[in-house]
Amino acid sequence: MPTQATAPTAESGLMVRAEQVHKSFGPLEVLKGIDLEVRSGEVCCLLGPSGSGKSTFLRCINHLEKIDAGRIWVDGDLIGYRERGGKLHEMRDKEVAAQRQAIGMVFQRFNLFPHMTVLGNVVEAPVLLRRSKKAEARERAAELLERVGLGDKLGAYPGQLSGGQQQRVAIARALAMRPKLMLFDEPTSALDPELVGEVLDTMKDLARDGMTMIVVTHEIGFAREVGDHLVFMDGGVVVEQGDPREVIAAPRHERTKAFLAKVL
Amino acid sequence: MTTEEATTARARPEPIKAVPVRHPGRWVAVAVLAVLAAMFVHLLVTNEAFNWSFMVDKMFRPPIIEGLVRGTVLITVSAMLIGVTLGVVIAVMRLSDNPILRGVAWLYTWFFRAVPRLVLLAVFGNIGILWSRVEFGVPFDTQLGQLFGIDNLQLRLFGFSSRDLLTGFMAGLLGLALSEAAYMAEIVRAGIQSVDEGQTEAAQALGLSRGQLLRRVVLPQAMRVIIPPTGNETIAMLKDTSLLLYVPVSVELFFQLDAVGKRTFQIFPMYVAACLWYLFLTSILLVGQYFLERHFGKGYGASGRARMKLRGMTAEAGGAAGVAK
Repeated sequence: MPTQATAPTAESGLMVRAEQVHKSFGPLEVLKGIDLEVRSGEVCCLLGPSGSGKSTFLRCINHLEKIDAGRIWVDGDLIGYRERGGKLHEMRDKEVAAQRQAIGMVFQRFNLFPHMTVLGNVVEAPVLLRRSKKAEARERAAELLERVGLGDKLGAYPGQLSGGQQQRVAIARALAMRPKLMLFDEPTSALDPELVGEVLDTMKDLARDGMTMIVVTHEIGFAREVGDHLVFMDGGVVVEQGDPREVIAAPRHERTKAFLAKVL
Repeated sequence: MTTEEATTARARPEPIKAVPVRHPGRWVAVAVLAVLAAMFVHLLVTNEAFNWSFMVDKMFRPPIIEGLVRGTVLITVSAMLIGVTLGVVIAVMRLSDNPILRGVAWLYTWFFRAVPRLVLLAVFGNIGILWSRVEFGVPFDTQLGQLFGIDNLQLRLFGFSSRDLLTGFMAGLLGLALSEAAYMAEIVRAGIQSVDEGQTEAAQALGLSRGQLLRRVVLPQAMRVIIPPTGNETIAMLKDTSLLLYVPVSVELFFQLDAVGKRTFQIFPMYVAACLWYLFLTSILLVGQYFLERHFGKGYGASGRARMKLRGMTAEAGGAAGVAK
């Protein structure tokens, strides 16, 4: 079978591999065959105009959206399906949930649980899923919140925090599950301009610690400074990719040039 | 010229002393209402038919108090408990991906909301006519036995005589609880749907299963929307226990008052007693609901409170539709 895709092994150093990913919402084809490889420890920035499919693609990686065609592997595991005898079997709800535990996600609108304290938000999933002792989880949550600069807000409720603080709690909440991969879906787009910096700083710290990250963003500066790999998407396809500094300084494609001219 | 303008602008003008608008209509209304109130009080005091001493004498008798505690209060509490629990289950079924569960939940709410409570209670009061015994075991055991050539196969674990199980009390409780579950299902569904989609996504992204995210993330937030109309439902339920007269349930407030009235030919005083009892009981619940709504309206501002009120009113209207009066 020449067309059958082979699963990337962990030794190849690939954290994410996407092959010919297609996705439609009704008659609207949002992703038209995305190929992407993200190595372990790499920061990959997805750039592109709104409607280009970058957020949808990100949501496909942890199976929040089901893809219509193609394959996605995270750390060697096929996402959402099991391949047996050349046939794909849909995974059960529980198995999909287990795969998602290793993939952290940060949303544009934070999506913190408003009825829980900051500490409660971070502790919830580890206690519920890993059955780690509550005291341990609390200790680790407090450490993580200290690390994102919110060690003094453990007892506060999300509604009492600024947008930037909420987003940093959301990052700590995702990190509490010890993910191998972090997905950021426009993490600074809903923030007031003066709060963007604190969230980007937290993300830079994370990148420095070697976390594999895929970041959908409009922050060209962040992509240039922190990114190892830049992917420019438009109209559901990858238009151009490569080293962020090179792509931003000298885009080869017309559409990339036009986009960068508008945002820079 | 310019300096003069500046000084007049800076000087504080004298306070307005205007003649207020007169409202003669208000005084007319007050006069009319005062006359009507006087007439009403006169009626209460002078009309012999009220028979106040008789009413006061009878309305605190032990059978009536027992009816109040066991019938009205106990059935209200039990029916609401069953109704809320079953309502949550039906609401979750209604929102399920499984079309069969969704269909069954729709059918349930359709049936119990379409049949008036009074009619439903009359049906439940006579449902014992279907079975002489209520038994639990393998369904269709006799029919299965016949397939395998065994005559009259009985695979039953335990059973009750329906006269013991489906007493008026149980039939009435069941009727009210099942009917309440249909209304609660709609309230819970609205509550669940009011929770932002992003909450579900965040919980899913963390790796929570459907049950976990429902229990830990969605339902606690839905409560804010669910609790105020549930208070209204409880008040409506308290009043609807009077419908148990038609099951009939004998240990119930209105049944007892009605019985005393018919026995003594003093029907009207006993109905007045019923009004007073229900006024008293619902007032207690209204006070409780006031504090509950104030608590859950916290931090939502004036528009939030107005929305709560509106929600309360629509829930009340929904409840009233279930009352066959």
